[in-house]
Amino acid sequence: MIKTDVVIVGAGPTGLFCAHQLGIIGLKCEIVDNLDKIGGQCIELYPDKPIYDIPAVPECTGEELTNNLIEQIKPFNFNFHLNDRVQELTNENDNWIVKTTSGKKFQTPNVVIAGGVGSFEPRKFPTKSAEKFDGTSVLYSIKDKTIFKDKSVAIFGGGDSALDWAIELSNTSKVSLIHRRDEFRGSPSSVQKIKELSKKNIINLYTKYSIKDVKGNGSLEEVEIKNEDGESKILKVDYVLGFFGLIMQLGPIVEWGLNLDKKTIPVNTENFETNKKGIFAIGDICTYPGKLKLILSGFHEGALAARGCFKYARPDEKYRFEFTTASNTIKDRLGVK
Amino acid sequence: MAKIKYVEHNGKEHIVEVQNGLTVMEGAVQNDIPGIDADCGGGMSCATCHVYVKEDWYDKLPKKEMGEDDMLDQAYEPNSKSRLSCQIMVSDDLEGLTVHMPEKQV
Repeated sequence: MIKTDVVIVGAGPTGLFCAHQLGIIGLKCEIVDNLDKIGGQCIELYPDKPIYDIPAVPECTGEELTNNLIEQIKPFNFNFHLNDRVQELTNENDNWIVKTTSGKKFQTPNVVIAGGVGSFEPRKFPTKSAEKFDGTSVLYSIKDKTIFKDKSVAIFGGGDSALDWAIELSNTSKVSLIHRRDEFRGSPSSVQKIKELSKKNIINLYTKYSIKDVKGNGSLEEVEIKNEDGESKILKVDYVLGFFGLIMQLGPIVEWGLNLDKKTIPVNTENFETNKKGIFAIGDICTYPGKLKLILSGFHEGALAARGCFKYARPDEKYRFEFTTASNTIKDRLGVK
Repeated sequence: MAKIKYVEHNGKEHIVEVQNGLTVMEGAVQNDIPGIDADCGGGMSCATCHVYVKEDWYDKLPKKEMGEDDMLDQAYEPNSKSRLSCQIMVSDDLEGLTVHMPEKQV
């Protein structure tokens, strides 16, 4: 059990800046995120896209913004728990017991939900029959590529993941690549390589096709693909891989007893606390009259939520407002003179 | 201003007036029309405002810009008449536009 002042759910820009504010006022926190990297939507959806509305930063990319936020909280040495998801919150006296999917447990008086639109999960095939094989022979990520050796593999998708794996697996497996249109969004060099491999009959390329059905008695035997004219083809395969990017799902958050308004959590605008004492929500996931889904609003919300956390983390102390320019205590915390 | 018809996958129709300058996605969200999630809020980065536009209207709409098809690759059951409704800007010319929603967005 890890004891801390605050658990932050979500390592996007809002969660990161909230961590900064907690560090400034002398609180400890632990940050949990479902992705394998820090940065949330900024790093997953638009690492290269320029952002123009961060105050005093005329232009920066999602990746630059993330890197700067990480740099800004370095002095506090907070722990990140990546590739992990908060599953369960239970109340115990004045604390929350936070359990994650990997089995980690935290004891904390405060939980700050900075979860964006939820956690990122792979987008799956629309076909119902694919569910039966999910995790065994219908896969959305590759952990151990050796399982495909000398097997027949159908790969669906047109992005870099699909193309890179098609190229890689074609060395040891019989690969079919299926994509819904002629153009690919993967890098031009990968597209070039795929076309070469297709010409040499090393990869079977089916464009303008999508999945129709998967079949098999016990284990997967074949996948049926269709085009828009209704023509279909049957491919004998051992594995079906889908690379359609990630979607955001609210996930376990809906089970924590919080008031919800569609996919958002109503909060008060004094400290961004939800209907549960000690649970705060900030950033895209929170809602209140006038809410703007801007990163700058998330920063503001995080700063106020941090002060809200102080009350429960240090019930016997009075919070004193200080400026970073003038406070020696804050400078000590930041490790500057 | 244009009257836009949103047809849910189950056939239920919603006709609303949408102001010029808003997107077809915003027209749905602001009028609480179910079937368009728009998780990313119009940033062309999530493919959860996916709609189908029938032939007659599809060709009349301003063409897709770079990136829309890439995002549509990740939508639920896209076809050659798929659009992201956050990328369709409403103007008087769109009077009578009908969009059909997919079975689901994710």
